[in-house]
Amino acid sequence: MNDTSSNNRGVSVQVRGLYKSFGKLEVLKGLDFDVKPGEIFVIMGPSGSGKSVLLRHIIGLEPPDEGEILINGESIQAPEVLEKYRTAMVFQSGALFNSLTVGENVGLYLEEHRLKSPEEIERIVTEKLEGVGLKDTADKMPGELSGGMKKRVAIARALVIEPQLILYDEPTSELDPLSAVVISEEILKLNQRIHVTSLIVSHDRDLAFGVAHRIAVINEGKIIAIGTPDEIKRHSNPLIQKFLHADFKNHQPN
Amino acid sequence: MFQNIGEMMVLFWRTLLALPLTWRQRKKVFDEFFEIGNASLLMICILSLFIGAVIALQTGPVLVERSLSSAVGGIVGISICKELAPVMMAILIAGRVGSAMAAEIGSMRVYQEIDALRTMNINTLHYLVLPRIVAIAVALPMLVIFSILVGWLGGAIVAATNPQIDISFHAFFTNLRDVVELKDVLNGVFKSFCFALIIGTVSCHQGLVTAGGPRGIGRSVTKAVVNSIVLIVISDYFLTRILLNLLK
Repeated sequence: MNDTSSNNRGVSVQVRGLYKSFGKLEVLKGLDFDVKPGEIFVIMGPSGSGKSVLLRHIIGLEPPDEGEILINGESIQAPEVLEKYRTAMVFQSGALFNSLTVGENVGLYLEEHRLKSPEEIERIVTEKLEGVGLKDTADKMPGELSGGMKKRVAIARALVIEPQLILYDEPTSELDPLSAVVISEEILKLNQRIHVTSLIVSHDRDLAFGVAHRIAVINEGKIIAIGTPDEIKRHSNPLIQKFLHADFKNHQPN
Repeated sequence: MFQNIGEMMVLFWRTLLALPLTWRQRKKVFDEFFEIGNASLLMICILSLFIGAVIALQTGPVLVERSLSSAVGGIVGISICKELAPVMMAILIAGRVGSAMAAEIGSMRVYQEIDALRTMNINTLHYLVLPRIVAIAVALPMLVIFSILVGWLGGAIVAATNPQIDISFHAFFTNLRDVVELKDVLNGVFKSFCFALIIGTVSCHQGLVTAGGPRGIGRSVTKAVVNSIVLIVISDYFLTRILLNLLK
């Protein structure tokens, strides 16, 4: 993988004819879309529509049955391509290493790849944790943190890589509204600061319409609409309208 | 089953190829090594003492009755160093350390920590498997040497204190020294080294293939321990045959 100090412009992502089945269950049924460099691209859709599986394909954790994924025009099926571009993923659960402290989690990438001296790693870890509002947590264990803090640590861990492409899997799920706003702001700030290409999978409408440059709506493994937030809001597809306007009606007597 | 064996052999081979990187992972090797020793030393001490004691108790009166009291030390010494210490310690370590390895790697698998490592381009084999296999391969033979010494001591105590045997410490160890050679001890140590590789490989493999949440972790731990013990017992027979031919 590259030195983290090199060019930090976002990369483009192209998904071409992506199919994936698990046994008889078809999860992705021919997905095609492009993400531009530096764009915040949100993939929305109901639970079980294949969003997270798509993300796992883009980061190279799952091989597709058919189709391909290109980063800056190069297929990630060639293993060296994912090594060439700095990519990071913020997992839904945070996926922090429970046996390591918060600081060790954040600095792991630099330490394992021997990219910086221990003193520099400590400085970078402190800087990244401060950047996500988690000063003085470096010595804590992940088990001592709340769900929102864990997600912010996961973002700090991803930032250490100085990614050109960052993938977020349900970044605001299981969070209270205030923490969800903090995470959304972090995503936006990050994009403005380092122009990283951000691909977010979520069914959080507030997050999607708050941060996205473009939104894709996915249902049953197929993309049913792609457009700017305004275009998606005005889209005539009844499923999209239902998804966007689903609301809880209070049936209890006053 | 054959797929599992094939995968384990590939894992072991890839670990062998990664051995030159051990120095880079030395901190984790030392941590694991300390963990293995710390977790097992007291248990090994107790187990070995009583194994030595019970062997002396079983063989001593029978031999003394047949006027073969001078053979007690030799029989206890040989059986402990060539067979009982390596096999029993390997089984104990499979239960204590192998299960912990499978559980830790398995939970990392289930809770996406291994996926996170892969997204950071950190090689799971170098980071998780190599330090564990190296640590257990060094620790188990050392623990077995300790176990042999404690086992002999246990045998000697029973031989000296049991009225049906009544052999002095000095007589017991003199006979033991006449019968047991250095190559017998090395035989046991070599076996334990092979058992350590089996435990490390089986447990790490089971951890890496864990699927299906907490229940999956439980299944992996059970499989790691059971498969390790089965392979230890089977390989013990073949190793014994090979070593008997080699050390004639």
